[in-house]
Amino acid sequence: MQDKLNAIEKAALESLESVKDQAALDAWRVAHVGRSSPLMQVFSELGKLSKEERPVVGQAANKVKVALEAALAERTEAVKAAALAKSLEEEQLDVTLPGRTVNVGRLHPSTQQLRRVLDILADMGFQVYTSPEVESDEINFQMLNFPPHHPAREMQDSFYVEAGDRGDNPILMRTHTSPGQIRAMREFVAMNPSDPPAIRIALPGMCFRYEQVTTRSEMQFNQVEGLVVGKGITFADLKGTIADFARRMFGQDVRTRFRASYFPFTEPSAEVDVECFVCGGKGCQVCKNSGWLEIMGCGMVHPVVLQNGGYDPKVYSGFAWGMGPERQLLLRYKINDIRYFWGNDMRFLSQF
Amino acid sequence: MKLPISWLKDFIDLDGLSVEDVARKLTLAGMEVDEIHYVGLAMPDYSKGEKHEFKTTGISWQPDKLVVAEIREVMPHPNADRLTLCDLYDGTEQHTVLTGAPNIFHLKGIGKLEKPLKVAWAREGTTLYDGHAEGLVLTTLKRTKIRGVESYSMVCSEKELGISEEHDGIILLADDAPTGMSLVDYMGDAVLDISILPNMARNANVIGLARELSAMTGRPLKKPTIQYATSGESIEGKISIEITNPEMNPRFVLGLIRNVEIKPSPYQIQRRLRLAGVRPINNIVDATNYAMIELGEPLHAFDYDVLTQRAGGKNVKIITRTAADGEKLTTLDGNTRTLTASNVLVCDEKGSLSLAGVMGGAESEVAPTSVNILLEGAAWNFINIRRTAKQHNLPSEASFRFSRGVHPALAEMGVRRGLQLMAEWSGGAVAPGLVDNYPLPPKDVVVDITPKEVKRLLGIDLSAKEIAELLGHLEFECSIHGETVTVKTPPHRLDIGEGVVGVADVLEEVARSYGYDRIPETRISDPLPPQIGNPVHEWEEHLRDLLVSLGIQEVVTYRMTSPEREGRLVRFDEYTRIANPITPERTILRRSLVASVLEIAEKNARAESLSLFEIGPVFEPRKGELPNEPRKLAIVMTGRRLASAWDVKDSPAMDFFDLKGRIELMLAGLRFTDVSYAPTALSAVEGPSYLHPGKAAEVKVNGQVVGVFGELHPLVKEKYEVGDKPVLVADFDLDALRTAGPAYGIVPVPEFPPVFEDIAVIVDESVPAARVEALIKQTGGRSVSAVSLFDVYRDEKIGAGKKSLAYNLTYQSDKTMTDAEAAAIRNKIVKRLAQEVDAKLRS
Ligand SMILES: [Zn+2]
Repeated sequence: MQDKLNAIEKAALESLESVKDQAALDAWRVAHVGRSSPLMQVFSELGKLSKEERPVVGQAANKVKVALEAALAERTEAVKAAALAKSLEEEQLDVTLPGRTVNVGRLHPSTQQLRRVLDILADMGFQVYTSPEVESDEINFQMLNFPPHHPAREMQDSFYVEAGDRGDNPILMRTHTSPGQIRAMREFVAMNPSDPPAIRIALPGMCFRYEQVTTRSEMQFNQVEGLVVGKGITFADLKGTIADFARRMFGQDVRTRFRASYFPFTEPSAEVDVECFVCGGKGCQVCKNSGWLEIMGCGMVHPVVLQNGGYDPKVYSGFAWGMGPERQLLLRYKINDIRYFWGNDMRFLSQF
Repeated sequence: MKLPISWLKDFIDLDGLSVEDVARKLTLAGMEVDEIHYVGLAMPDYSKGEKHEFKTTGISWQPDKLVVAEIREVMPHPNADRLTLCDLYDGTEQHTVLTGAPNIFHLKGIGKLEKPLKVAWAREGTTLYDGHAEGLVLTTLKRTKIRGVESYSMVCSEKELGISEEHDGIILLADDAPTGMSLVDYMGDAVLDISILPNMARNANVIGLARELSAMTGRPLKKPTIQYATSGESIEGKISIEITNPEMNPRFVLGLIRNVEIKPSPYQIQRRLRLAGVRPINNIVDATNYAMIELGEPLHAFDYDVLTQRAGGKNVKIITRTAADGEKLTTLDGNTRTLTASNVLVCDEKGSLSLAGVMGGAESEVAPTSVNILLEGAAWNFINIRRTAKQHNLPSEASFRFSRGVHPALAEMGVRRGLQLMAEWSGGAVAPGLVDNYPLPPKDVVVDITPKEVKRLLGIDLSAKEIAELLGHLEFECSIHGETVTVKTPPHRLDIGEGVVGVADVLEEVARSYGYDRIPETRISDPLPPQIGNPVHEWEEHLRDLLVSLGIQEVVTYRMTSPEREGRLVRFDEYTRIANPITPERTILRRSLVASVLEIAEKNARAESLSLFEIGPVFEPRKGELPNEPRKLAIVMTGRRLASAWDVKDSPAMDFFDLKGRIELMLAGLRFTDVSYAPTALSAVEGPSYLHPGKAAEVKVNGQVVGVFGELHPLVKEKYEVGDKPVLVADFDLDALRTAGPAYGIVPVPEFPPVFEDIAVIVDESVPAARVEALIKQTGGRSVSAVSLFDVYRDEKIGAGKKSLAYNLTYQSDKTMTDAEAAAIRNKIVKRLAQEVDAKLRS
């Protein structure tokens, strides 16, 4: 009997040698340790043996069973390992193939830049104030200290809107967001006419100039203005606030320079340059070799404008400044054609 | 304004300041230098890393190579008729120099010149512009042979030295030019191109800029002394002036010079004028221009004999008046102009002579034969001049200045300077006296200013004395009484107002004189104002984020369009029209945002898949008033659902439901729960005709219509070049959408496991899926937490005119639901569907 068991074990182990995959493992299991395998036959025939023989053969058969199962387990591991090794070897991707894309939406670059500006201003306590894109000459110009036919109007050629004869007060596309200054001041005054509250607002929006559309000029552009009105606002505050803003916007090390300038609605007025962030002030094409980039105009709110807004210029003072998000984008991303913005070519938009 | 540095030096000492220093100081004080054009002076050496701050052009003259030399004899060239050989002396040596200059050709072969000709001479190896090349091409002088004669140096034209385009002859310098002197020392220059701000008209002249520079540097201003001898009969009483409207013409001054010899001005004068951008004509015209650029007062010279003749030998009377409508005047550019009543004329008793302050008339202009010259200096209303110059399209150096305001005090000073220059350059004799009619002198503006105001508005501490000093540099007359500085405006500026405006005007001058760069940077010490926020703006930004997260690209388009462009989509009866459109393409303000975005889709038609949105205003006209500007959202989608890629082939075209899915997600993102969709045809409001009637829906939130969407009508789509795929568009009214109330509270996350089940029912085609879904939800009540349609199926087995709708139901209870409980709900639903829409359960 022992011989038979030895033979069974030997045959089984020999046949296991050639087992290479899971199917063969399963087949081997059925053939050698399955219910109708020769080994199981031995177990099922144990009852036929004598009382003495039974435990001996039983033990011997069990030993074979344990051995075969151990061998099977070992073989199974080996087969698995081989299969894994094989699959790892075979499953080589071409990692240079492009990734699978999804439909991506993006904000227009102008919106992105407007948000950058407004976010910084919000941190500095400036709240967003919006006003109409079509305005009366009175609010767009006259209230802002541009009298009719004043030479300063040449700085802002306008699109007029057909509106019948309104005399010296035609309707036009606003040339700047400054008319919002008048509207805002009047709203704030209305809150408490006897002691108008202080103001700190940002005025974003689309503005229009009568200009041919070329690579360098647009008939439509965004502007963001800041307006501060209060009882102790100084030119030094204007410089400090703008320098703070410029550092947030262009980098903590960036220097600003204030040049005297002229706007009818501010006095004193200044043009603000920041040190060129492309060349660090050494001089390059972007800054036209000057080392400085002109980024905004600003000034103390003109007394006439304060008066028109309902604030007494003897008690209140304020400052305002205006800047162009598209101009900032031109500089920031080295965009050399301003028409890209409203052209909305996906090949442009998808770069932001 | 083009400012030659050499001219500036007549009025202020610039020793120790570089050209860039001067440019920087002017720029910071508000006279922005756009460009420095070098004409001889040494340019900063960029190669040595010198920082330069300005756009720089031009040429530097090598001091050792370019010198003043004299030609002593002009001899013929042995082998070329058109060339000459010059016997030239450079101060130490003699040279033979070859030239083809026509302006010395007449001296050929006449032997030794009586008076040597002073010229600009370039030695071998000089780098200068090639006079024969188109444009400005640098070249270096090399030794060569021209027609058998050795040549290694040359006498220069203006073009070769970068002074002007002139290459018709060589430069002939003044007789007193010192032979042997380095040319750059003799006449090296640099020209600052300066932008003059509208409130700085007073600085559109050399003295004005020198005055500013004097304030910025503390160096004294060397004011010109205007003195000249007079002779002959005085003109007082011989000529009279009548001003009919002093508002238009506050002052008119005349002076006379007799027996002038009209000829070219001295070379240095011509050179300065050229550098300043004015073409030299003759000594008389040049004198008027020279005085204008120097002082800022435009002058006009008349041929006095023409005027006397017109007066028939009687005394000349000058009259200034407004033109009659339709009156004609031939200006000295040869054009006959038809005038209007707003134009002001200078006339004599016979008729008009010139268009005041803008351009002279042809008849009385100075001619080469003129002998006696009457010189006009006047003051005009700047707004009127500006309108007239614009009306007749006559921008000139004179109208540039007059249309920005010239102080009447300059009229007299200008005439006297003009007469002085004419006398110097023409040998004429100035007649004694001036005729001066000055009916409307400007008010002397006086402003009081205190250190307290300076502190309040500028944030700096200055004493009354310091304020007075700063203003004194700009020629304000200041007197101090206690803490008050009383400031009188100097007689060259018109830009200082009165009252609080005057205070601001003067404060600006204090700040400029002090230096903007010296004012500190401080943070606002005022308390933070009331915080109001801008909920509309914040909500729109949130909506933008939602749309972007749904894979839709934002675009921003022009507000202006034309009825034709927009009319491809939709036509309106009325528009807000642009009165002065810049192009026929943009004549109105848009009324449809969808039309704008469709144009962008069209421009991007080559993209395989497009999903675009814009948020912005449209413009609803109101007669004689500002238009309404309602805010809109437009979405346009077209193309494939996915762009083709190595593993994406033939992705299906987007259709109605691609757009609807985005809209559903957008509205869910805005936290609206009461949302319904209906075919536009079924609604009370008829849907827009640009949508496919069967593939269009209107969207209601809380029962209010907030927008419409659908597929573009095939006939409309034909008008757009957007490819063959369906075009889906949506148009939302943002005011309606924003004011719809979002849901309050959330649906709690269930604690117990849900039971899922699918059911499919067969209904008539006419039954909308939304109706079936609504019935399921209604019947299921709280127990059915989700219903989602996963299949719509039609075939013969189901029958014609029928469709099968398959739903995925999620049962949810506040305990674990048994199969039996689920089955009971299901049976109720099936029964209800059979009753209401004749639905049959599909097995
Ligand atoms: Zn740079």
